Amino acid sequence: MTTETLLWLIPLPPVLAFFLIVLFTNRSKALSHSVGVGAAFLSWLMSMVVFVRALGVEHLGEHPFESSINWLPTGDTWLRIGVLLDPTTAAILFFVALTIFMIFLYSVGYHNFGQPKGDHDHKGLPPHGATVDEHGHTHVVPSVEPMYSRFFAFLGLFAFGMYVLVLSDNLLTFFVGWEIMGLCSYLLIGFWYAKPSARDAAVKAFMTTRIGDVFMLLGIAYLYSVTGTLTFREIFTEDVLHTLASVPSGFLGFSAAGLIGLLLFIGTVGKSAQFPLHVWLPDAMEGPTPVSAMIHAATMVSAGVYAVVRMFPLISLDAGTMSIVAFIGAFTAIFAATIAVAQNDIKRVLAYSTISQLGFMIAALGIGAYVAAVFHLITHAFFKALLFLGSGSVIHGMEHGVLHTGNHHVDPQDMYNMGGLRRKMPITFWTFLIGGFALSGFPLITAGFWSKDEILADAWGHHHYAVFIVLAIAAFLTAFYTMRQITLTFLGEPRTKEAEHAQETPWTMTVPLIILSIFAVGYGWVGIPEHFPVLGGLVPNWIHEFVGGTLAEHPEAVEFNWTPLLTSLFVALGGLGLGYAVYRDVNSVAQDRFQIPLLKNKYYFDEAYNYLFVKPAYWFAENVVYKLMDQGLIDGILHIFGPVTDRIGAFIRNNFDLPVINRFFGDGSADVTYGLGERMRFVQTGRIQQYLMFALVTFIVVGAALYFFLLA
Amino acid sequence: MVPLSWYLIFAAALFSIGLFGVLSRRNAVAILLGIELMLNAVNINLAAFWRYGDVTRMAGQVFAIIVFAVAAAEVAVGLALVISVYRRRNTVVADEIDMMKW
Repeated sequence: MTTETLLWLIPLPPVLAFFLIVLFTNRSKALSHSVGVGAAFLSWLMSMVVFVRALGVEHLGEHPFESSINWLPTGDTWLRIGVLLDPTTAAILFFVALTIFMIFLYSVGYHNFGQPKGDHDHKGLPPHGATVDEHGHTHVVPSVEPMYSRFFAFLGLFAFGMYVLVLSDNLLTFFVGWEIMGLCSYLLIGFWYAKPSARDAAVKAFMTTRIGDVFMLLGIAYLYSVTGTLTFREIFTEDVLHTLASVPSGFLGFSAAGLIGLLLFIGTVGKSAQFPLHVWLPDAMEGPTPVSAMIHAATMVSAGVYAVVRMFPLISLDAGTMSIVAFIGAFTAIFAATIAVAQNDIKRVLAYSTISQLGFMIAALGIGAYVAAVFHLITHAFFKALLFLGSGSVIHGMEHGVLHTGNHHVDPQDMYNMGGLRRKMPITFWTFLIGGFALSGFPLITAGFWSKDEILADAWGHHHYAVFIVLAIAAFLTAFYTMRQITLTFLGEPRTKEAEHAQETPWTMTVPLIILSIFAVGYGWVGIPEHFPVLGGLVPNWIHEFVGGTLAEHPEAVEFNWTPLLTSLFVALGGLGLGYAVYRDVNSVAQDRFQIPLLKNKYYFDEAYNYLFVKPAYWFAENVVYKLMDQGLIDGILHIFGPVTDRIGAFIRNNFDLPVINRFFGDGSADVTYGLGERMRFVQTGRIQQYLMFALVTFIVVGAALYFFLLA
Repeated sequence: MVPLSWYLIFAAALFSIGLFGVLSRRNAVAILLGIELMLNAVNINLAAFWRYGDVTRMAGQVFAIIVFAVAAAEVAVGLALVISVYRRRNTVVADEIDMMKW
């Protein structure tokens, strides 16, 4: 098959799986997950074939694989739909396909496939466990998720959205994929919809990202009105870019390119949870853990960064927009990292760390470090997916302990209930350690070190010292809270009975962990800068050559400099060391010195937004819409009719009925009307469908009569 | 090219299916679904007549988009009403919602 055909086919298996599961196989759990995992595998396989072929092409950036057809007719022109595979897309497709496949596989174990049905499980709630009889005594084991098939259906649709977004060659289908993921994030975060917290989180995620989406749509519309095309390769030609850069937008002195870039970037702010729209992401941890990995590592938040990466030639035209991008990114990086230090929920720490790492990428893009941003996007996807899946494995193991002791008051996600899990869950421990070290940027061996170092080197090399300092501090905090997390979760002694009875998870969960941990280490080696002492040049800097080729002007590699290298060594090792030193002896929340209320409560952003937006909206609905408009205006008008009719009636009665009718005619006509009404009133059944039926019959009869008498 | 009449027959069939759903289903949500089918049958007609007429005059296409927008608004209001009714009367069966009878 040609590469172009394959590109068209890649997104299809997951969406077919979605429909198959929803329409046919949803009663059978085994069949549903086979369809789901099989589809993810097929897409992964095709992606790998495409990736390998892309590697073999010289100058892929100038001659990418592309194919498109006419899609939507608009008058005498067409909006086209198509696929495009340039080097960046290929690199992104590689990690997207792999992590999606791993997450599908992991979900099988996470939702306890093969376990008995729960004693009193109910749809929309996490499974509670089942009592089984074994060797003469009963004990409680995890029970299978009641909506198992539905989960794989949603996951399939989500994967479809991501593939569409990554492979599309124009902003319109890009936006379609973007919105499909928005919908699926809502469905999956609210997967356990019977939990009020999950419902709220789902609505919050949907609404918050929607704010960004609306601006993004505005940006797309503006772009279309200026250039008349949404196809990437047509926009990124010299002429069009020149036009965009020179046309003033009439808004604060931005050029058209600047304003479009800014609007598109607001979409990214929503999707990638950047300040100030970051509030949805931590709450989204309410969803099942594979979903967290899917949304926060493999797909959705990466899509936001990918949007900026994709539109980089346009966004980088305007220096003002770039400064805003860099500022937002750097600020988010440090701001989220400080919050992560004070969180105790194992997944929330990772959530804030995701926001912070996305900030790194956005900041890198803002200072023009295109390759470094893509590199970090990819390595981050691997180690963050690994960490999320690892945390899910930890939670799963802890739930085992909870079921064993039967004490449901112990929160299996609170790190202070854990401790000493390295002995109970060795595979999870080692893989989590690798993921955590990659996140911290542990020198030389982990992928996170190389990508983060490249961002710092770029910031230093291009004299963005403010960004450099902020990111260095954020990196230090990252290493610190990561080590805190590892220490509290895995090291030391078990702090609860539940942690003592934790258990390693099944192979469907540990295999993805192992595979992802290989990439969390190995992927860094493809991006070692050439002038790096000792190691440089041993392996070619593939990522720079390959991904850099996407841009019209191949970016220059930055000169090697000791300052950023020593900084990144210091922040990684210093943060890890300090984290271990501080938390080695901490046994309870009370001993934790970093439980600062301001950080613990996330700088009170939720409360602030509640007062600024939610409460006023409720107030407006209650007082203006309901009381003033509905009750006051509309009901008020209706209430005028009553008394007025009453008056008119009284007037007619007194001046006409009583003196004229009653005197001369008697009650005959009234009696007839009354009697008729008495018999006819049963027509008014109050049943809307009967009324419709009458209307339909009347229409047909009258229509037939008219046709018969007038036309025939 | 597929002849115009096929589209019209298809739209008519879709409209009838929708109408049947509206008249026969007991669940208020299903009735709303039926209304959606009827609206979309109209959309198919609009798009088909646009396509087979003068393509540069886009009234049919634009009208279909207006119908989308109206349908979306209608569903939003309709579902809100169904939820509101459900909260008060604990049912979504259209036949049981008959407060407005004689």
